[in-house]
Amino acid sequence: MTTKNRPVYLDLKQFRFPIAAIMSVGHRASGVLMILAIPFLAYILDLSLAGPDGFAAVKTILDSLFIKLVLFVVLWAMLHHLLAGIRFLLIDFHMGVEKEIATKSAQAVMVAAPVLAVLIGLIL
Amino acid sequence: MSRQASGLRAWALQRISAAYLGLYLIYMLGHLSFNAPESFEAWRTYVADPGVSIGMLLFVVALLIHAWVGIRDVLIDYVHPIMARVTLLSLFAIGFVGCGLWFAKAIFLASVAA
Repeated sequence: MTTKNRPVYLDLKQFRFPIAAIMSVGHRASGVLMILAIPFLAYILDLSLAGPDGFAAVKTILDSLFIKLVLFVVLWAMLHHLLAGIRFLLIDFHMGVEKEIATKSAQAVMVAAPVLAVLIGLIL
Repeated sequence: MSRQASGLRAWALQRISAAYLGLYLIYMLGHLSFNAPESFEAWRTYVADPGVSIGMLLFVVALLIHAWVGIRDVLIDYVHPIMARVTLLSLFAIGFVGCGLWFAKAIFLASVAA
């Protein structure tokens, strides 16, 4: 196979990453992070429904500072994933495809996700 | 599953499941923010409501489909040695099915006990 001998130039430090690319990587990274949280969610739901003791245990777990910090990061990931997903859906329907608007909406996702995460985190 | 979840079908599944997940998450965040269950009995009664149970089970199905299509794309993009890829895909598939059964058990038992 001659194709295997083609030169490959993949020095990541030499690439320019526009905001839309960073936001898109964030969409993937947040998705993978949330997948890792699925077993924890199953554990918490099962424990909370196991009985009054389990319900109290879940309250204790969710009150710990470490878990709160982890859940804040997951909440941020979720909102980033949701907003970026809505943006991708709109682009699927040919809305906001133009470079300028796509850059603006990518910036909006990057800013809105952590801001919303803080607001919702304060309520919860 | 892999063959069913590729190409146009995976593309469509990802978007349909995304719509349900997004709407459900907004509802759940609102519910937990303003109507958080105070006691075990209140929580179990809420989950045992048929509308809530079915909504939750649908959420689990949509979540696992969405997670499977997503992780499959990521692994195909970044993990090239075929044995490593197949091993990781298998581990995620088994993990997802296991978690799905775990969720289902919790939701069903809440309905039976109430």
